[in-house]
Amino acid sequence: MNKVLAQQPDAASAAAAPVIEFRGVTKRFGALTVLDDFNFSVAPGEKVTLIGPSGSGKSTVLRILMTLEPFQEGQLTLAGIPYHEPNGKGPFRASDRHLHQIRSHVGMVFQSFNLFPHMSVLRNVTEAPVAVLGLSRAEAECRAIDLLRMVGLADKKDQYPAQLSGGQQQRVAIARALAMRPRVLLFDEPTSALDPQLVGEVLGVIRNLASEHDLTMLLVTHEMRFAREVSDRVCFFDKGRIVEEGEPERIFTAPAEPRTREFLQSVLG
Amino acid sequence: MDWLTYLPSLAQGALVTAWITLASIAIGAALAFAAGIARVEGGRAVSTLALCYTEVFRGTSLLVQLFWLYYALPLVGLSFDPVTTGIVGLSLHVGAYGSEIVRGALNAVPVAQREAARALNFGRVHTLMRICLPQAIVEMMPAFGNLAIETLKLSSLVSLISIADLTFRAQSIRNITLDSATVYTLTLVGYFLMSLVLMLAMRLIERMVRRGAAFPRAAHA
Amino acid sequence: MMYGYTWDLTTPLTYAASILPILLIGLTVTLQAAAAGFALALVLGLAFALLRRSRIKAVALTTAFVVEFLRDTPLLVQLFFLYYVLPDYGITLPAFLTGVIALGLQYSAYTSEVYRGGIEAIPRGQWEAATALNMTRWQTYRDIVIPQMVPRIVPTMGNYLVAMLKETPVLSVVTVLEMLGLANMIGERTFEYLVPLSMVGIIFLLLTLICSAGIHRLEKVLPKAGIPLR
Ligand SMILES: Nc1ncnc2c1ncn2[C@@H]1O[C@H](COP(=O)(O)OP(=O)(O)OP(=O)(O)O)[C@@H](O)[C@H]1O
Ligand SMILES: [Mg+2]
Repeated sequence: MNKVLAQQPDAASAAAAPVIEFRGVTKRFGALTVLDDFNFSVAPGEKVTLIGPSGSGKSTVLRILMTLEPFQEGQLTLAGIPYHEPNGKGPFRASDRHLHQIRSHVGMVFQSFNLFPHMSVLRNVTEAPVAVLGLSRAEAECRAIDLLRMVGLADKKDQYPAQLSGGQQQRVAIARALAMRPRVLLFDEPTSALDPQLVGEVLGVIRNLASEHDLTMLLVTHEMRFAREVSDRVCFFDKGRIVEEGEPERIFTAPAEPRTREFLQSVLG
Repeated sequence: MDWLTYLPSLAQGALVTAWITLASIAIGAALAFAAGIARVEGGRAVSTLALCYTEVFRGTSLLVQLFWLYYALPLVGLSFDPVTTGIVGLSLHVGAYGSEIVRGALNAVPVAQREAARALNFGRVHTLMRICLPQAIVEMMPAFGNLAIETLKLSSLVSLISIADLTFRAQSIRNITLDSATVYTLTLVGYFLMSLVLMLAMRLIERMVRRGAAFPRAAHA
Repeated sequence: MMYGYTWDLTTPLTYAASILPILLIGLTVTLQAAAAGFALALVLGLAFALLRRSRIKAVALTTAFVVEFLRDTPLLVQLFFLYYVLPDYGITLPAFLTGVIALGLQYSAYTSEVYRGGIEAIPRGQWEAATALNMTRWQTYRDIVIPQMVPRIVPTMGNYLVAMLKETPVLSVVTVLEMLGLANMIGERTFEYLVPLSMVGIIFLLLTLICSAGIHRLEKVLPKAGIPLR
């Protein structure tokens, strides 16, 4: 089934070389195999949502992409750069320099925000551009203020994370990730840690991002309505494999696989 | 092999060190429980007394205390042999530190436990012995383990009041042979090995205490 | 007579008053030794803590062993080792410096554990966020980990400073003229130890109480989230 689907990529991803490509990636935690011969690719500018039951390995996919986890077998490229080094040195753990290069193309927004509590909002957003990209502080602040304005928090720039609501913190975290100008932005359940009334403001920011930028977005979420709105493609993920993928309309209205149907029934009620 | 000829003397010193350490740990533990319990459970006078003991012996330096016992006390007519002086000094010092451990652990027993005991109309002694201490003692053990190692290390100071412990023997050999590197390396290794043995022993005691207390320790440990 | 002060043995009180200036000179030596030793312990301990987290197994294990060894052997013997062995290898240091190094080494074993605990208390998400922002390990330590760790470890470090203060009298055995050493010398010359030794004890007690109160105050004013970087 997987193979069949993989051979019929939708129009968007056929147009250009994929920006993300998993080929036969296997990821184990000790005896537990989380990804098993995993194949998956994302085209530049594509917005893809991963849905699936808890523990199915969605976060693991994002964490591997973010180089937070090594993997054991297979190949993975991001913007054409393989995660292993070209000289064949250890396929699954590359040198720091090589990882550095990969990370310069990808950013991540975490479920628990992970803002730096000892830095003001502005400093959170400028820290990495100054330290990593070598921007001048003035330049970085200029960029940061633009981004904070975009997420609607320019007036909070001198506050500290603890003084913000969860929704505001997550919007800062999005600005912080965008400040590094990644080609690919990963979202791991960005609204799961939020009180229900704060979910909307964060989804709003992501929605704008999706519609106005050619950023490639890979999103894990339990917000099905939102997934349907923003994504070009939805992948239903179970037991370390993609069971079914396609346009959101079709997946949500006419899932082909019984497992998908079951899952959607359980979450949509 | 020169160093072999040092060993018998060093070993004798190590025995003295071991004896002083173990005696001080034993007496110190008794003092620690007495003072620690006094501070938590005692009336105002008793707990103040315990507090003074703790503060004085924690607040002044052990070497000062030892010299005081050794040089100053005889001047007011109280004199003991050096080994007794060493053990007394070390025990008082260790007891003061230990009492803080006991107090901390007793205070960490949830208030609800005492309330439950009161609701069952247990007496104070019964509450202490049957409810609070068994829970607290398990929590004390890791800190007591560190304190035991600390006691062993501090016992080296008794060499300065002319007790022929390991450090003292090392000093004597080095004064005769001037073979400093060998003598002190052997001495350091000797203390290190004794620390390891003491650590193992404390682990065993900890396990026994835990079994004696008959409930599993919190999962985080 | 010592440092130009003569003692007056008429009564214990006059005796105490007459030797107080001498002991206070010793106190400055005590404080200097503790300050220098502690500074060394803070730097060395951090180095040990970081080396212990090295990704090179051999480095991490060796460091762990060295720290364990330093922590499980007495300060006094370490001091003798440095004092007598180093000159055999052509390194002759002033006694004060030798004492400072011994204090620093012994306490670096303690401080490295404090640092380690402080580093481990930083939530994993902070490391992951730093990785996601492509910061290097060094940048992560410098900008994220250490600023958040420092306020948490200050109270514990303060307690070790007080402990070190109380161990400096050991340096008197290698001829450092700190407070206890001077008190002993006075005792030897006057045959009256009770007053000088008691005074040293009282001065230490006062010092300890003052320092503990200071640490307590510090604990209250420390920022909870870490050293603010604006
Ligand atoms: N560090 C780890 N060590 C061991 N097992 C892990 C680790 N991280 C994840 N796992 C296991 O891998 C599997 C996949 O985890 P993952 O977090 O990717 O799931 P998920 O799809 O994101 O689930 P959720 O919706 O709950 O976030 C789970 O069974 C999990 O228990
Ligand atoms: Mg997840």
